[in-house]
Amino acid sequence: MHPAPSVIVFTVLTGLGFGYLACLGIGVIRPAGWVAFGLWGLGYGLAVGGLLASTLHLGNPQRALLAFTQWRSSWLSREAWLSVACLVALAPVALSDWLGLGLPRGFGVPGAALALATVAATSMIYAQMNSVPRWNHWTTPLLFQAFALAGGAMLAGQGLVATALLAGLAAAQVAAFHFGDRQFAARGHSMATATGLGGIGEVSVFEQPHTGGNYLMREMIHVVGRKHATKLRRIALLLSSLLPAAILLLPGHPAVIAAATLCHLTGAACARWLFFAEAEHVVGLYYGQR
Amino acid sequence: MTMLPATTERKLGLVIDLDTCVGCQACVTACKGWNDQGYGAPLSDQNPYGADPSGTFLNRVHSYAVQPADGTAQIINFPRSCLHCDDAPCVTVCPTGASYKRTEDGIVLVNEDACIGCGLCAWACPYGAREMDAQAGVMKKCTLCVDRIYNENLPEEDREPACVRTCPTNARHFGDFADPDSKVSRLSAERGGYALMPDLKTKPVNRYLPPRKKDQRSEASLLAPLLDIKATGFAGWLDKVLGKI
Repeated sequence: MHPAPSVIVFTVLTGLGFGYLACLGIGVIRPAGWVAFGLWGLGYGLAVGGLLASTLHLGNPQRALLAFTQWRSSWLSREAWLSVACLVALAPVALSDWLGLGLPRGFGVPGAALALATVAATSMIYAQMNSVPRWNHWTTPLLFQAFALAGGAMLAGQGLVATALLAGLAAAQVAAFHFGDRQFAARGHSMATATGLGGIGEVSVFEQPHTGGNYLMREMIHVVGRKHATKLRRIALLLSSLLPAAILLLPGHPAVIAAATLCHLTGAACARWLFFAEAEHVVGLYYGQR
Repeated sequence: MTMLPATTERKLGLVIDLDTCVGCQACVTACKGWNDQGYGAPLSDQNPYGADPSGTFLNRVHSYAVQPADGTAQIINFPRSCLHCDDAPCVTVCPTGASYKRTEDGIVLVNEDACIGCGLCAWACPYGAREMDAQAGVMKKCTLCVDRIYNENLPEEDREPACVRTCPTNARHFGDFADPDSKVSRLSAERGGYALMPDLKTKPVNRYLPPRKKDQRSEASLLAPLLDIKATGFAGWLDKVLGKI
């Protein structure tokens, strides 16, 4: 699948943003005054910035509000509702922290739950696709949730807890690579099954249907850069999980958190690029390309 | 609303005969021609006369070489377009309600005024039936020529999809699969029509007719009797004598 930059920015920033908002919501840290304004602002900025980035890949973004209408069937629509519900539900808590209104911490719990539900809905957009076997697996929701929780705890300065969650994220990534690599073969899809001609003999492409490229090939068949996949996986694991986990063992100074976060974001972008670039759509079988 | 209808009154779709399709691409051209000027945004081309041309098409014809374990290889031409699935995953993923399946005839359509061009439906379709138009930014797909099949301004023989109407070898047939006695239902039953990738649970309506069994090539030459020449007369005597020396 084509790794569109807007979609990578969208999933990485919303994952981190909603994970961090969940931490603020349940009161892992309880900032006050202008510090609260800054920290809540950071959470809202990441989440809203990510959501806005997602509109950049739309063909007709001016109609984006219509995406709220089909929550009964569409995970994308559910994600839209859950994200807005979360941002609204957490607003009183954020205001209370900023202005010292003394709202009980329990008010943040529903908002935190909505934040994690938003991440779950995002992951289901990909996990629901049985046309993309690598994504169509329980490791996809696990991976998105692990990114949100580890990133959120890291940004909230949760030292050892964040280190443990980052280690968990590394495990989730290794699991996703392990199972993902086997998914396409496990489903048994091939050119023979896609065309239904396998019963006659061995099927191969004689001639392509068109000599130029098309939307399908640009969008679903992404082969550029896969040759560096193994190296990129190591870089992604190191930068998104292992290195930030090590950095967070240092005393919890804001500079330490900032360094870990930058390192994590770079690794997360790399991991998300791979998430798309390595995913193979079954339509590639008709072209003899994956 | 992008919930799928539980049932549809009719199930309009195509039968594609892989035995008679010669891969002439006439259906591709007829489809592009008709859908360039009628329903919805025209199918645009990018850089059509340049070095790297690209464009939106609703029908693509592949060619496969199939090599049986014994016997000669076969070329099978394979048109690929929307299968108007009963459980169309492209419909349920749509966040805006632009994608829908009609309850009256089962045709899967896109309301282009509501399409935001997110591309999720094209991802969900295993068959590559949907292509985003690069100029209009909306998703395009086979409409079964919904603006032809009910069009009373056209002569009756033209009220079928452009691809079916134009096919010079009659490899494409259009009809109602909900009616077991319809032409397409009978044709599919007689010839063992099959659905593409049924394991993905999309329940396609369109059916593909497998190529008929080919005759086995005879190993002996048809010319063999003619080559078995018996010399007679003087040549025959000479043949005998020379054979004995």
